Amino acid sequence: MDFPVFHLDILGNRGLIAVIATLHVLVNHGLAVGMMPLVAAMEWYGHRRGDARWDRLAYRILFVCFLITTTVGALTGVGIWLSVSLVNPYSIGSLIRVFFWAWFVEWLVFITEVLLILAYTLTWKRWSTGAAKVRHIRLGFALAFFSWVTMAIIVSILGFMMDPGNWLSQQTLWSGFANPIYLPQLAFRTPLAAAMAGVIAMFLVPFFVKREDPFRATALRAIAVWTLVAAPLVLAGGLWYFSVVPEAMRENFGVALASLAFAEWQQRFLEIAALTVIAILVVVQVAIARPNLLPRVALLVPFVAILWMTGHFERVREFVRKPYVIGSYMYANGFRVEDYPLLQRDGVLAYATYSNPLTPAEQAGLPQGLSEAERTARLAEIQLGKDVFMTTCSRCHTGHGVNAVTAHLKRMFGDRPWEPELTAGYIESMHDAQPYMPPFPGNRRELKLLGAYLHHLQTNDAPVPGAQQAGVVVVTPEARAAAATGRPPATRAAAMPRTSETAAR
Amino acid sequence: MSPTTPVPHDIPLPMPAPEPLLVAVLIVFFLMHIVFVNLMVGGALMSLYYELRGLKEKRYDRLAYEIAATITANKSIAVVLGVGPLLAINTLYTVYFYTANALTGAFWIAIVPLVIVAFVLTYVHKYLWHQMERVRWLHIAVAAAACLLFLFIPLIFLTNVNLMLFPDKWGSVQGFFSALALPNVLPRYAHFILACPAMTGLLLVWLFRRRPEAEIAEMGFSRAELVRLGYRWAFWPTMAQFIVGPIAFFTLPHVASPIGGVIAAFGLSFLLAFALCVVMIREIRGPDGSIGRRFGTTCALMLAVVALMGVGRHLYREAAVAPHRAQVEAKTKDYIRRADEARRAAQARDGAPASVRP
Ligand code: HEC
Repeated sequence: MDFPVFHLDILGNRGLIAVIATLHVLVNHGLAVGMMPLVAAMEWYGHRRGDARWDRLAYRILFVCFLITTTVGALTGVGIWLSVSLVNPYSIGSLIRVFFWAWFVEWLVFITEVLLILAYTLTWKRWSTGAAKVRHIRLGFALAFFSWVTMAIIVSILGFMMDPGNWLSQQTLWSGFANPIYLPQLAFRTPLAAAMAGVIAMFLVPFFVKREDPFRATALRAIAVWTLVAAPLVLAGGLWYFSVVPEAMRENFGVALASLAFAEWQQRFLEIAALTVIAILVVVQVAIARPNLLPRVALLVPFVAILWMTGHFERVREFVRKPYVIGSYMYANGFRVEDYPLLQRDGVLAYATYSNPLTPAEQAGLPQGLSEAERTARLAEIQLGKDVFMTTCSRCHTGHGVNAVTAHLKRMFGDRPWEPELTAGYIESMHDAQPYMPPFPGNRRELKLLGAYLHHLQTNDAPVPGAQQAGVVVVTPEARAAAATGRPPATRAAAMPRTSETAAR
Repeated sequence: MSPTTPVPHDIPLPMPAPEPLLVAVLIVFFLMHIVFVNLMVGGALMSLYYELRGLKEKRYDRLAYEIAATITANKSIAVVLGVGPLLAINTLYTVYFYTANALTGAFWIAIVPLVIVAFVLTYVHKYLWHQMERVRWLHIAVAAAACLLFLFIPLIFLTNVNLMLFPDKWGSVQGFFSALALPNVLPRYAHFILACPAMTGLLLVWLFRRRPEAEIAEMGFSRAELVRLGYRWAFWPTMAQFIVGPIAFFTLPHVASPIGGVIAAFGLSFLLAFALCVVMIREIRGPDGSIGRRFGTTCALMLAVVALMGVGRHLYREAAVAPHRAQVEAKTKDYIRRADEARRAAQARDGAPASVRP
């Protein structure tokens, strides 16, 4: 990783991406991909039946979607990108080099989608009769189609990250695009979006149609049928998806343990999916048979269940691709599989351009009674250890926040001193113990340095700042040479005053 | 280049497209993006201004509403048009852009919630305009808050695209505010902000030039009045650019590579901007009956000015990073060579190493 390291020590870097991405998936699937065809269908049906009530309801639902998709939806879409390029610049940078044209086409489709939703919403009242109305309905279906296409393209990139398939040998766009997980994932997400939209629309109906109005029951019933059709397809898509994933997983680990863990995840997912579908079916049955008896809160049950299922699905997706960001090509720490022999021989620090300066708070907690020279040497060692930590662990672990490395060590080793020998032994084989983790990329000396840093964390719980807060120190060639040879890093020590000076500024 | 200038290695994958094509995407779509951003920010500011004037004179309130209504579409187009250039800049300037992003990361990612809030506020402002007539002060506060956000967000982008040009600053920057304090950020910001009312002024001319007479009359203005008002908004800020523009240019940090092309592009756009102002002042001073006749010429000149600005800006960016980029390329090659060697050595030593699949 040759960029300054952005780091969030409380929420965790993955937490940032997760918050933004979850919001986006929710809005995109529930309010765009699934909802636009539903709205267009309602408009069409109302027009065919000459029933203005459908039209009014469709417009109101659309307006809610318009407000949310053009704010939260659009910006979280860009936000996924911004956050990933902060957290994993090398992975998004590599993906863009492979998928530039896919993204470019995605963007053109996205422009079309935005123009269509603007046109569809803003012309609703004006194009309300005769030929204009027919044109308007077509606009709605075009919008539905393009919303789906944007998802269809992005899903390919998600699938690629899990299993690049032939791309590893061919390195062309098409070979990356047609990766093995693509179709099953699309087959799962499409009905998922439709079901989500159905449940959300049912939730919105009571806000827009009065209780006394018999149309309320009619609308609920129709949307319920829509949802009823989608729900079993969700389950079918999920089953297909989960039947191809183990194959992809074998590429990634081939470790019995991982398969075991996966079997558990899969079991979990199927249980949740079954529960979700049952919840949907029950609520929908009530909506169809006795729409007036359906309390509004009851609709929250299938909604929450769908969210839960989607969340679990995305987590499994993330899990399956670990320890890679791009299957079999690049690990989640940003190093290519091909880089390992070099780095394990020379060390990661030998190729690091930046150092992550210790703040004064991070320097506290050294043992009492050290001489000034000992202190300096100790801090220099901890500084190097921190740099190892930031380049090899910080993409997945914080110091003291979510998925904190200190919490793991405390669980494993308790309060006894985390001597470097103790932790280094574990880290050396951590990829066997926990297959989500890539093998340690550095060399033996760096293992010890990392151990010294982790030991220091036992007595120092200052938050670990990222480059966005503490800046970076550029590693000079002399400092790098010292770090690589393992001589007492005198030049690093010389760099320390600069560090604290910049920190004090 | 000083020894503390970082020279990282780039991502070892080839460019996905010929460079000129990526550059074209970057320049063309960035300009389109920025024009809509101008319309969005200018629209928000002018809508607030006229709403305040509307407290005394009702017809300005109607004008403010008309302007507010344009923001809905413009802001969505602004966002979506920004994505393509972002893609191109990610590809062409990978090392530079990501580094600048990371160094100002907290504010960079804050763009997402800030823009969401700003957009929601503009929706509230527009769609609840009539409902909020009894709580005018609150309605004005909403517009003011949106304006403050719209004024601040461009500063984050500018700070980033400025910081990315100067690798020798990367080691000394600590967070957003220190990057903001680099020379040239504020002059460029002023240059951008002045363009907002100018562009929105032209939008108003376009909007009212052909609008049906009845609708114009309903607003309480004459057509010539509205068109002239739009031209004034375009004229005076553009005049101010003759001072701010050169300041932004002369505060650009010195770069080692020749910048003849940069000077030519900016010089030519300076001359065209002068012609633009002449045309606009003739429109403003002309008789009511013929006002708006030269709108096509005005737009063509404005387009040419903006396009030349975009070209000059790109040439300067290239000049600023060129020597450094050559070093990065050399370093990347060297890194790939070493990695290949080490991998072969490891394979020769113990067959296929565990961490690399055969
Ligand atoms: C690809 C992301 C990733 C990277 C990189 C990574 N880890 Fe982990 N690590 C994980 C995950 C996921 C877990 C399991 C968390 C859980 O089970 O709650 C884990 C667990 C651990 C544990 C507890 C293990 C156990 O058996 O319970 C330790 C200790 C640990 N990591 C240390 C490290 C160190 C040190 C580094 C850097 C050399 C590192 N990790 C790099 C993802 C990562």
